[in-house]
Amino acid sequence: MFKIVKREEMSGGTVILNEIEAPLIAKKAKPGQFVILKANETGERIPLTMADTDPEKGTITVIFMVVGKSTALFKTLKVGDGYQDVIGPLGKATHLEKLGTVVCVGGGTGIAVLHPITRGFKLIGNRIISIIGARSKDILILEDRMRAVSDEFYPCTDDGSYGHHGFVTEVLKEVLKKQTVNLVIAIGPVPMMKFVSKITKEFEVPTIVSLNPIMVDGTGMCGGCRVSIGGKNKFACVDGPEFDGHLVDYDELMLRLQAYCEDEKRCHEGFCRLQEAK
Amino acid sequence: MEEKEKKRKIPRQPMPEQEPKVRARNFMEVPLGYTSELAMKEAERCLQCKKPSCMEGCPVSVDIPGFIRHIKAGEFTEAIRNLWSKNSLPAVCGRVCPQEIQCEGSCILGKKEAPVAIGNLERFAADHERTHGTGELPPKAAPTGKKVAVVGSGPSGLTVAGDLIVKGHEVTVFEAFHKAGGVLVYGIPEFRLPKEIVAQEIHFLERLGVKVECNAVVGRTITLDEIFEQGYDAIYIGVGAGLPKFLNVPGENLVGILSANEYLTRANLMKAYLFPEVDTPIPHGKNVIVLGGGNVAMDSARTAMRLGADSVRIVYRRSKAELPARAAEVHHAEEEGIQFFFLTNPTRFMGNEKGRLVGMECLKMELGEPDASGRRRPIPIKGSEFKMECDLVVVAVGSGANPLLTSSTPDMTLNKWGYIQADPQNGKTTKKRVWAGGDIVTGAATVILAMGAGRKAADSIHKYLTWGW
Ligand SMILES: Cc1cc2nc3c(=O)[nH]c(=O)nc-3n(C[C@H](O)[C@H](O)[C@H](O)COP(=O)(O)OP(=O)(O)OC[C@H]3O[C@@H](n4cnc5c(N)ncnc54)[C@H](O)[C@@H]3O)c2cc1C
Ligand code: SF4
Ligand code: FES
Repeated sequence: MFKIVKREEMSGGTVILNEIEAPLIAKKAKPGQFVILKANETGERIPLTMADTDPEKGTITVIFMVVGKSTALFKTLKVGDGYQDVIGPLGKATHLEKLGTVVCVGGGTGIAVLHPITRGFKLIGNRIISIIGARSKDILILEDRMRAVSDEFYPCTDDGSYGHHGFVTEVLKEVLKKQTVNLVIAIGPVPMMKFVSKITKEFEVPTIVSLNPIMVDGTGMCGGCRVSIGGKNKFACVDGPEFDGHLVDYDELMLRLQAYCEDEKRCHEGFCRLQEAK
Repeated sequence: MEEKEKKRKIPRQPMPEQEPKVRARNFMEVPLGYTSELAMKEAERCLQCKKPSCMEGCPVSVDIPGFIRHIKAGEFTEAIRNLWSKNSLPAVCGRVCPQEIQCEGSCILGKKEAPVAIGNLERFAADHERTHGTGELPPKAAPTGKKVAVVGSGPSGLTVAGDLIVKGHEVTVFEAFHKAGGVLVYGIPEFRLPKEIVAQEIHFLERLGVKVECNAVVGRTITLDEIFEQGYDAIYIGVGAGLPKFLNVPGENLVGILSANEYLTRANLMKAYLFPEVDTPIPHGKNVIVLGGGNVAMDSARTAMRLGADSVRIVYRRSKAELPARAAEVHHAEEEGIQFFFLTNPTRFMGNEKGRLVGMECLKMELGEPDASGRRRPIPIKGSEFKMECDLVVVAVGSGANPLLTSSTPDMTLNKWGYIQADPQNGKTTKKRVWAGGDIVTGAATVILAMGAGRKAADSIHKYLTWGW
């Protein structure tokens, strides 16, 4: 068992942080890599990109939004409980490099994944401009941590309750107009990554996105995670999860992410009824 | 001579099976197994040849007349001991070996009538031991203090683990998945190989002292060199093929097109056929098409039928004669109502506005000259395009070498297809103290060949641990 040593609820309980004992993975993991978690015997294998690692303590941290049956099940796990299986670190690590100015754009729980990458780019001497967004102030996560590793910091909310009133892409456009940017990293909902890439393409700024297709094994064995990158098939679990944002077929990815929506809904509703009955 | 004539009066004893109509909708095992009486009767058919041709057909040289003689005499414990001396997984092999091209294909009786049902008898001996045996462990040599790591828990790795643990070495198996067994658990379905049997085999190894570390992706969680740093003296790599091939035709990323690896892993390893009792979903197609003609294709098609499809069609680009699947699987698939479209090759897939698969366009083929594999090459017939309606396609057209481990081990030579180069005599790779075998060396092959490679490597590893490289 992989024990949960710390648990936090964020965004009013819709987002959960778990710090999990996994010494082998903690020792190896680099920013940008992910793990696959399975709660119990009948559980599904769920990929989550790590939000943090502590090699000394031997722990990894994941932050996830409760969206379906499996994440709802993860939410029920308390400190002292654990995951039956945690596999990783999987995928390629972010290629950290001193480039100059790096803009980090994050949305929703994507911010959790963005944070260690941002910190990595900061630590090797880049100037960091962060733009993070959420629907409203009370569900914006990791604001302080992101601010701490940024030279310029722009929070955005869709409802205007905090920071810029509107989308991260609007702020990004302003930033790109004003200065030379060497790299943009965008991690968040697929539509956000799609529109960020569209803008950075206009400005001809190299862009990296982190994709989260449906996965099973995470080792390149099933091909379920395939994504079209510049017209070529790539397996996100081994060739990614990070790709050149200008080459990704986002529309295909969005459709593929819907593959099990109906089943998932059925399963989740059943689980919720069961929880209520308890 | 008279004796021989009398024996031939006994016809080959058929294996009791679930009715096709019933079994096509459940996941329980299809053949039900011989009773002791049936097994002894079938064993009587064996001529106990002085020069048994059946053994020449067996990749690991099981003493076939020997174990059959014990069954005939009702000495079932002796029968299984005899089998174990050459084959550590007889319950598995009795079920999945292509006997018709191996032992049974070479049995002398086969010249005039049906060959001895060697596979059924092997399976009987193993099942009888499992249900009636004492579970007594074989003797183990005194501890040698040497440590061996086995990477991958498929039939190849399990064979190495079993062979070396009884020789007194410490053995740890590293497995990437959360459950051990390789293709035996994630690929081959329950109705052909109950997972309970694989679990028991692994439990048996654990009782012998083998440590199984699941969730260990070698190349990611730990590298080969780091395994050596932990004090291991030798490593065996049996990671299987594990890279799905696609056709690379337009529309292949539509929702509703899966590799057989994904489809079968969902169904078998994740038990998605029990969804929503388990959390992993699997697509339920109404009109399912499976592309390919091997065991993997048969397993996928029969799984789709069991998941409630209205129609399941296997589309294969060569003809029936070239089907690489076991004869028994093709026969079972036909009985279960699966249709075959031979000499047909997909050219593109069509989807609806939601990106979901609705159909497939194909070309008719004809057979030309033999290709490198010795099989006649299929050639498209111009203008023969036609469409087939479908909402689920399972691609089972073969697999390649998964580069995850090998790319993290640059000092090990690969062949031009990415498979590990290993000495066929002893499994030695070009990296010192590292052996390899099974599908990652030969390309996708069979359980028994993977086990045979494991046995040779285990012998070589034992020699090295005793005498040096
Ligand atoms: C659906 C299907 C049906 C088949 N039917 C038959 C049949 O009827 N008869 C027959 O003889 N053969 C059959 N085969 C072929 C047979 O199963 C294989 O040839 C055989 O299993 C190969 O054994 P192996 O030990 O080399 O590898 P595998 O069985 O593939 O096992 C390899 C193991 O290594 C693990 N692994 C991979 N990479 C790593 C890593 N980096 N670190 C740690 N672990 C890793 C994998 O997860 C897996 O568990 C079938 C195959 C399939 C897919
Ligand atoms: S060839 Fe056939 S008859 Fe002869 S020993 Fe083998 S199984 Fe028996
Ligand atoms: S998750 Fe199976 S290949 Fe990527």
